Parts: sequence; structure tokens; C-alpha cells
Amino acid sequence: MDHSGEKGNLSQVQHVVLVLSGKGGVGKSTLTTELALALRHAGKRVGILDVDLCGPSIPRMLGADQQAVHQCDAGWVPVYTDAQKSLALMSIGFLLESPDEAVVWRGPKKTALIGQFVSDVAWGELDFLLVDTPPGTSDEHLAVVENLRKHKVDGAILVTTPQAVSTGDVRREITFCKKIGLRILGIVENMSGFVCPHCSECSNIFSKGGGEELAKLTGSPFLGCVPLDPQLSASIEEGKDFIQAFPESSTFSSINRIAQAVMTSTEAV
Amino acid sequence: MADVPSDAPQHCPGTSSSQAGKSSACQGCPNQTICASGATQAPDPAIEEIRVKMASVKHKILVLSGKGGVGKSTISTQLAHGLAGDSSTEVALLDVDICGPSIPKMMGVEGEQVHQSGSGWSPVYVEDNLAVMSVGFLLSSPDDAIIWRGPKKNGMIKQFLRDVDWGQLDYLIVDTPPGTSDEHLSVVQYLCGAGVDGAIIVTTPQEVSLQDVRKEIRFCEKVGLPVIGVVENMSGFLCPKCKNMTPIFPPTTGGAEKMCLDMGLSFLERVPLDPRIGKSCDEGRPFLTEVADSPAAAAYRSIVRGVTEYCASRRHQGDADQTAAGQRQDGEP
Repeated sequence: MDHSGEKGNLSQVQHVVLVLSGKGGVGKSTLTTELALALRHAGKRVGILDVDLCGPSIPRMLGADQQAVHQCDAGWVPVYTDAQKSLALMSIGFLLESPDEAVVWRGPKKTALIGQFVSDVAWGELDFLLVDTPPGTSDEHLAVVENLRKHKVDGAILVTTPQAVSTGDVRREITFCKKIGLRILGIVENMSGFVCPHCSECSNIFSKGGGEELAKLTGSPFLGCVPLDPQLSASIEEGKDFIQAFPESSTFSSINRIAQAVMTSTEAV
Repeated sequence: MADVPSDAPQHCPGTSSSQAGKSSACQGCPNQTICASGATQAPDPAIEEIRVKMASVKHKILVLSGKGGVGKSTISTQLAHGLAGDSSTEVALLDVDICGPSIPKMMGVEGEQVHQSGSGWSPVYVEDNLAVMSVGFLLSSPDDAIIWRGPKKNGMIKQFLRDVDWGQLDYLIVDTPPGTSDEHLSVVQYLCGAGVDGAIIVTTPQEVSLQDVRKEIRFCEKVGLPVIGVVENMSGFLCPKCKNMTPIFPPTTGGAEKMCLDMGLSFLERVPLDPRIGKSCDEGRPFLTEVADSPAAAAYRSIVRGVTEYCASRRHQGDADQTAAGQRQDGEP
């Protein structure tokens, strides 16, 4: 992992963290977005690379879906969510002519674009680059890891929901990480319980505890639970900053704990 | 030639790809000249083989969504159980999610093995009239990861369609992974000779889901796949204590019903969240029969009816077209 003298576009990126799950729909993009916002809240410069080419969710979640990407000498300029350039994004979502446009590509074409996303985006100085991935263990994941080999990757966060059907897929993702030598920073159990806003009764809609059990089973750190929160879903829908809107919520504390754990485990190395 | 020959380089685009022999990965490959000549672009003979194999399958239905985690496998499972509820109906469920095969667990047959015989691979039987095939049955441990690029996944899907001994079937349901990529293209391509009746599209109510699902619908339009209808899953949660309904995944842009109106599609049904569904799936038990009086079970039964009615109307249309064609041949007006 020698990156001394590396003048590439990732040379000023301090930490790279992948957000993975074998399972779809567990909240990878949501968690990537919220982690990025939490890290920014903690004063860090953050970038998000969205390598989900078929279902790019990041632009909308950060209210940036109307934006387009521009070129500079070093490559593509990432899309910034504000004038202060505190959060930089890259996604195929910015390259599509229409939001309904389907990207119907086989593996090799996806691999090629991801290669470009990794090396041709002029990220500049970042404390953290979070990489949001699609579900699975296939072309996109191999492409991202292979292209990042020249640069140091701190590790991966694995997201699961509590049920066995989800942890069953995430176990396979853990095997993928071990096979390619990717450090597992920890497991997050998302959609972990729902507190009724009317009567405060807690319902475990997608079961409970599976993420923590998986962490124990595989010897991985457990980063914590994030509950099902309609306010979080609504913020994500509308591309609003949940952390700014609901700083007192227990959901924010859960996310903040995960962000702290990420900072501790990456900056200590 | 195999789609990815054994002597091919690491990023081989596949011999049937339009990039065969032309991509940078092809440099130095012993097969480059053959691929570049276009010889490998000829229609895959497997398409005809699959057409012949599928002649004993009356109806083929795909379950799709651009979005992950919306409940494709859950709905595929309930649909399969619902159709197989009539013991005279032969049903099979094919799981083409190669990286995340959920169907064996949901159908309560995790850990079962697939056997080979002279007539091909035998699927795993959940009931006498309900068979299942998944890559999950080929893995020896729950930790085994399938880290395959597109061409190898395509090869597996071809084998599933061509080499499984399905026998006579009324319905073959194909559960897919999220996205619009290799698996989806391969299933549609390999079944183009046999014909697919249609696709059920599954979504959850939020725009973050719908924006991916619209892409899937565009994919269906591109490949000429009829859409049977759209199911809105996880449509609200009824608190068991106070009975208030909370839209956990809010339909901020009108949900699936508005999307169907905008895109001219049939809105099949709305299925509410029910913790017992996830529990049944985790335990491999049929929710449809075990919690038959729940609103979610009623919704699933409505989806089953929608599918059977759609397929019946296609059969009648097919029969009417054949009769008309026969009359024209005989010189009748």
C-alpha cells in the first residue's frame, strides 16, 4: 500500500471506507449518507463515491439530483452539496440524461466506469471518502477493490437488517472481505426496531439482534443498531440533512456513535 | 465455445458480448481472432435448447425490481405457495439471485442438495407440486460467497434454464436480484425463444425506491417484456397496540399507485408491513397459510388472483389468435 509519490486523484484522501452488504435494501445508501453528514458535523471533509450503477440513490438523498458533472484538467469535478464544498459526491446519477434512464450494462462495462470513477475524479483534500456499493459480491465490488489497490483502503462497514434472510447474505459478504483482505471495521444492524410515534410501543418489524449475533459469530466488531425512523426516511426522500433537522433524536445518537467508531478505528492506524 | 473460455484473460467480456475480441482485455487472448471475427456472435444455441425445454411450462413469470430489499423474494415465495395451494397446479420457483440466494431459506429447504440424473438436475421439492431451484443448493456452507463476474453468472443461469428437469409445469416463477444487469439480460435473452408471459414489479412506497423501479420498467420496455402489474410492498405499519397506521416508508411522490397512473401500468396490490412475514421467511414457513387471516395474506391472495387472471386471459388470447390464424389458412374470412 505504498502511496508515497502517488500523484493520483486519491493522493489527498486520508481514509477510504467501503459500505457493503450482501443484501439489498438494508440501508447502505441511507447509512452512507448519514455517516457522511455526521462526519461533516464533526468537522471532517467528506466525499461519497456511489458505485451502484443500476440504482444510484446518493444524488437524491443529498438533494443533488438536479446537478451535473463537469470536467477539469485532473478529470471529473465532483458535485458539491453546498458552496462551502464540505461534501463532495460522484455518482452515475449525475451522468444520466433523465432520472428514469435505465443503465442496462453487463459486467465489463460497469467495471470500466468504476475504474474511471476511482481514478478520474478530482476529489482534492478529503478526510474521508465513503464508497456506497450495490448489493452482492460481483463486478462492481471486484472493480472497486481492484482499482483501489494502489491506494490505502481503511476497511469496510457491513450493513444488515436483523432478520436471518439478511444476515445470511451478509455472512457471504464477510467471506468476500476476508478473501480479498479487506478489513471489517464493523457491522451495523439497521431497521432495528420501530417505536410507534403515537403510543411509543416498540415493534421488531424485521426481527431484532441478528446483526449483533452475526458480529459475534464472525468475530467482527459490532458498531450498533439504528432504528426504523419515519423522520429519517422522510429526510432521505427529500434530500434534507436529518442530522441538522433532528439532532436530539435517538436515531442521530446511534448514527453518531457509528461515526465516532469509524473515526477511532481509522485514525488510530 | 463457452461464454468465458477456460483460457480467457481475467476481464474477458464474454464470447457473446458485442465487445468480444475487441476490448482491451482481449489483447493476447488465444481466442481473440475468433471472437473479433463475429463467429461467436451467432445466436446462442442454448436459446433453442431452452425453448424446447420450456415447452412443458405453460406460464413463465419474472419478479423484478430495480431496487433491493423491497420484497421480491418474499413475494415470489408467497406467489409460489399461493399458486401451489391448488394441488392440481404444478409450480416451480427459480432463484437467479446468484450472489444473495434467499429462496432456499424462505421455502424451508436450506441445506438441501440438488441431484443429477440422465434427464438433468432435479429441483428440490417443497411440496409434491412445488419445486425450487437456487444456487443456494450448490453451496456447501452458509458462509460460501459467490464472487463471480457477469459471464460466469450468465453461464449458471443458462444451466438453470436448460438443464433442470422441471417436468410439466403450469407456472415457473423466476425471482431475480435487484438491478438491470447481467442476470436480467440473460434471463430475458435465454427465454426469448420460449417467451415470458410477463413481469411483476415490486416496489416500496418511497421515491428512493420508485426512481430505481422506473428504470426497471424502462428495461422491460426496452426488451419487450410485458408488465403484469406493480405491487407496493411495506405499505404502512399498523401498530398492534394502538392500531394507528404509520407510513414508515412514506410515499412522498404518490407511491406506486401514482407511478402506475403516470406510466400506464396496472397497480396490482398494496401489502402492509407485518412482523410475522419476516419471521415466517426466516423460519422457512408459509406465511400465506399460517397467518391466513392477516391483511398481508389477503393482499398476497389478491396478487395470486391477479396473476392467474392475467395468464388465463393470455391463454384465451393465444387460443383465439390460433383459431383466427387457422381460419385464415383455411380461406375463411
